[in-house]
Amino acid sequence: MAEQKYILSILVDNQPGVLSRIVGLFGGRGYNIESLSVAATIDPLVARITLVTMANKPVVEQIIKQLHKLINVIKVYELTEASYVQREMALVKVQAKPEHRAEILRIVDIFRCKVVDVGQEHYTLEITGDEDKMTAVLNLLKPIGIKEIAKTGIIALFRESK
Amino acid sequence: MKLTGAQILMEILKEEGVDTIFGFPGGVVIDIYDELAKTDIKHILVRHEQGAVHAADGYARAGSKVGVCLVTSGPGATNTVTGIACAYMDSIPMVIFTGQVPTQLIGNDAFQEVDIVGITRPCTKHNYLVKRTEDLAGIVKEAFFIAASGRPGPVLIDIPKDVSSTKITYKPSKKIELKSYSPTYNPNMKQLHKAVKLIKDAKKPIIFAGGGVVLSGGSKELTELAHKTRIPVTCSLMGLGVFPGTDPLWLGMVGMHGTYRANMCTGDCDLIVAVGVRFDDRVTGKTGTFAPNAKIVHIDIDPTSISKNIPATVPVVGDCKITLGHLNELLDEESLGDLNTKRKKWLDQIDLWKSTNPLAYKQKDIIKPQYVVEKLYELTKGEAIITTEVGQNQMWAAQYYHFTKPNHFITSGGLGVMGFGLPAAIGAQLACPDKLVVDIAGDGSIQMNIQEMATAKQYGLPVKIVILNNRYLGMVRQWQELFYGKRYSGTNMEHAPDFVKLAEAYGAVGLRAVKPEEVESVLKKGLSSPETVIMEFVIEREECVYPMVPAGAPITEMLLA
Ligand SMILES: Cc1ncc(C[n+]2csc(CCOP(=O)(O)OP(=O)(O)O)c2C)c(N)n1
Ligand SMILES: [Mg+2]
Repeated sequence: MAEQKYILSILVDNQPGVLSRIVGLFGGRGYNIESLSVAATIDPLVARITLVTMANKPVVEQIIKQLHKLINVIKVYELTEASYVQREMALVKVQAKPEHRAEILRIVDIFRCKVVDVGQEHYTLEITGDEDKMTAVLNLLKPIGIKEIAKTGIIALFRESK
Repeated sequence: MKLTGAQILMEILKEEGVDTIFGFPGGVVIDIYDELAKTDIKHILVRHEQGAVHAADGYARAGSKVGVCLVTSGPGATNTVTGIACAYMDSIPMVIFTGQVPTQLIGNDAFQEVDIVGITRPCTKHNYLVKRTEDLAGIVKEAFFIAASGRPGPVLIDIPKDVSSTKITYKPSKKIELKSYSPTYNPNMKQLHKAVKLIKDAKKPIIFAGGGVVLSGGSKELTELAHKTRIPVTCSLMGLGVFPGTDPLWLGMVGMHGTYRANMCTGDCDLIVAVGVRFDDRVTGKTGTFAPNAKIVHIDIDPTSISKNIPATVPVVGDCKITLGHLNELLDEESLGDLNTKRKKWLDQIDLWKSTNPLAYKQKDIIKPQYVVEKLYELTKGEAIITTEVGQNQMWAAQYYHFTKPNHFITSGGLGVMGFGLPAAIGAQLACPDKLVVDIAGDGSIQMNIQEMATAKQYGLPVKIVILNNRYLGMVRQWQELFYGKRYSGTNMEHAPDFVKLAEAYGAVGLRAVKPEEVESVLKKGLSSPETVIMEFVIEREECVYPMVPAGAPITEMLLA
């Protein structure tokens, strides 16, 4: 069965060791983690883990059941099939030779990125958006010369009904 | 009330009704041991921490209670890991207390420090490091609740030395609150109606029961279901005893060493009512070819067991006993027609399979292990609690001792731990002092926890050990014989202790049978002794367990001899 990308939003007790239970579950059972992001929610006793995995349908169903089985997991949402908003953020250090600077700033402008640091030969850009936008910007910056990237994993939430 | 952590622990243990603890002391649990001695709780001092966990396991399985262990930090804790993993695989309710170095030393590579919570995370149902004495009572109560509820399992609590010695003002604790843990006991009735329909329509149904039925105490309901519907029953290794092995509807065990008829049934049936099983690879063989014509009703309390290996047609999440009770009620409202006529063709087919390929052996001039187990069954009238080691001995026990009641067959099913049987027998004997408890052992396995003979002696436990001595790691040798051109690499155990003298060295009774005609008298003598007894049977060295399905082959393709 074909693998596809699934975004899981997992609410857990905000306690030491909980992340390692989740990562351990994935490692021990051979499930894959594409990206992972964790932080406390508005309730300091609860944390949200947004996890992206590649799997086929029966495997992702098993993953969700296995997650539920962990005592510290409060809720698991599978966002892929619902309506949701997702964001990723990247900090990208691009080579900024004089002849490229205008081009870089044009990209920044079109994609509503930000220049957060300017060095002698490099600009550092902050890019926020969904995956498509991220890919588009990075594809444009690549020929100009990317020196370093730091990227968060995906974070995502359900859309509320309008 | 001002109490130390150790005193608080005793309060909770009493509240939880703990009467027996299996343990082994050390530096960081001295405070706890000091308090333990002041209570009525019986402490069983084992000879190795692995033995403590298996004994607690046997105690839990035979007595349907939560087993409890207490060990020290570092090596004491790491020695429990095999036992914990075993209990986890077989879903046995257990609470393991490990000592830990004082909180301020944690993380400093202190003497006998080990991250046992980290080590046991993947093989416990849940585990805890207690950081403050204030948290202890709540955690312990929670642990007992988690261990025994839902799909049971072992829960480990790591208690730093200062947590047990610090005195705090203790208020008896409130109710347990677990935000995220609430097992589903009651089945979805819509699903059960679907199950009823499948049962009514089926022409060639079987019931397949496992350890979940034992754990839920649902043997009566399962037997009722089978009799009401006249559906034949097979069990996994873990399920043996939930349906009488003497019943005409009994198919024998299914799987790698299952009976011919049970395995053939899976290939031919049109419905499997699977209850408290997880379709382990030792049961299904090659999953792609398993039960190709069958719809599957799968009842289990653990949703992860359902459709994990074999997709279910009708999944039912619920406690086996409760769910079977509802299913029986629903079936009572239905008219099932003339079952004798309806089932005749199917049951005749099964009888044919049975008569063409029964479990069989020929007793000639060297003792056959099957003969020993069969004699043991006869002499104990099927009433004994049987524990086993792992290997051929375990399979012969499963095939030739016909269990009629649940909680009487205690075996390491999921993990397959050699060395399980003797400590498990000790635990079972403590849970059921009036029962005859027999460990059916291999010569290899028994040497893995033989030190527990001293424990049995110290507490006057008259467990009986039947060693089927083939001077081989027999099961591995069997694979080498059948699939590796008889190259017996690393399986010849020619040198073993003299088991009779060994028994005597421990102050127990040792008996030996070398000829077939000695088997019965040795068994009679050993079983009737009030002592701990080792009975050694020198058996045919190269006997194999049949039927056998080669690993990864379809379950209906058996080697028969
Ligand atoms: C702790 C452990 N180590 C290794 C094995 C692998 N193993 C499975 S059966 C077996 C042979 C057991 O020999 P013995 O106890 O003499 O039993 P027999 O098969 O001869 O009846 C071995 C080595 C195991 N199950 N457990
Ligand atoms: Mg052997």
